Amino acid sequence: MRERILYALGAIAGLWLARNLYVILLGLPDEAAQGAIYRILFFHVPGWITCFTAFLLAGISSILYLIKSDPRYDTFAVATVEVGIAFTVIGLVTGSIWARIIWGIWWTWDPRLTWALITCIIYMGYLMLRRAIDEPTTRAKNAAVLCIFSFASVVITYKAIDWWRTQHPGAVLSFRTGGGSIDPLMESMLFQNAAALLLLAAVLVAVRMRQEEIGREVESLRRHAHAI
Amino acid sequence: MLFLRQTATIALKDLRSEFRTKESLNAAISFAVVILVLFSFAVDPTADQIREISGGLLWLVFAFAGALILNRSFARELGNDCLDALVASPVPGAALFLGKASANYVLLLIVELVSLPIFGVLYNMRWTRQPLMLAAVLALATWAVTVIGTVFSALTVNLRLRELMLPTLIYPMMIPALMAAMRLTTLLIAGEGIAADDWIWVRLLIGFDVIFTSLAVTLVEVVLVG
Repeated sequence: MRERILYALGAIAGLWLARNLYVILLGLPDEAAQGAIYRILFFHVPGWITCFTAFLLAGISSILYLIKSDPRYDTFAVATVEVGIAFTVIGLVTGSIWARIIWGIWWTWDPRLTWALITCIIYMGYLMLRRAIDEPTTRAKNAAVLCIFSFASVVITYKAIDWWRTQHPGAVLSFRTGGGSIDPLMESMLFQNAAALLLLAAVLVAVRMRQEEIGREVESLRRHAHAI
Repeated sequence: MLFLRQTATIALKDLRSEFRTKESLNAAISFAVVILVLFSFAVDPTADQIREISGGLLWLVFAFAGALILNRSFARELGNDCLDALVASPVPGAALFLGKASANYVLLLIVELVSLPIFGVLYNMRWTRQPLMLAAVLALATWAVTVIGTVFSALTVNLRLRELMLPTLIYPMMIPALMAAMRLTTLLIAGEGIAADDWIWVRLLIGFDVIFTSLAVTLVEVVLVG
């Protein structure tokens, strides 16, 4: 039953994204200054919204693990971090393609870009640390501590466009600017796509959690077999 | 008061043990000198160029050499199960952490104070134009490096790939502090002083120190004891 619900939600997310793509490509007009390439921002910004949400939830889950020592919180943290990293890569790649067209370069060491890359590296370090520890409780505990530390880089990435006004465009969404810097139609489409990506991410997290749970079961059975 | 005494006892124990063997200190200082020498082969800079990159060069040296000291901080306790004994002793995790961090701090400062004159001689650079401000920046940024390094040293102490994992984890985490330290050190070595716009870097260093020290002190008990 759980699988069926997941597949259904995944299908809804897929259809929703396809419908959004149709509206983005054919329904919305070109942007006045940037032309057609601005459409990539409908995936770039929602990609970052999704990855920041994933890392925030991973941080909260890690704190809860340290308080309650329930392995389900650790499972949730690792699943969200993995999905978060996938969306970080989507954010970096879409940003890079946009930059190639608008700025003429794939990459620049602008603070926002740099911090985004650092965040990606830090969370990859989180996954590396998990791989390096065999004992499940120590792994969960140490990974939770690292996850809490890592969240600092997410905050810095989020605030980088306010703290350092350099090449990366500033905030445009109305909840940060108070409105007026983005067409309401475009902003609504951006949030719709963010919602579809968040749903997709939730499905991926659920699938990944199931895999982790099965992995844990296999591990405990193996230990049991060794003990016998 | 007892907490401070426990912290001091751990710090003095670590320093005494390090000064008897000098294994980390010698390795870190030699490594710092080697990087400083190697750098002169990588580029052939003019005096102006060196002045512009001095902060970056110095902090890379300090961070790389520092990792050698930080790596040994908890790893030296593994022999004879000393770490288990320390954790079982009536010293709280926070005091153990702060004691170790203080010892690392002193050792890192020694490496920096030895490296700076060598840098000055090799690259023909006067680095004492703003001594007090430079000392303050060194003090703040070194604590930042130490606090991150020590807590991650505890986190990775039992790993097979400890020597590899520690630098991989600590350098990205240290970047805010290193960025600030590099920028400020470059300014101070050039003798310019800190302009109004650049005070944000000092604030960033102080904020980094306060936030990560509090986080580390809160979480270290979990890392050490579970």
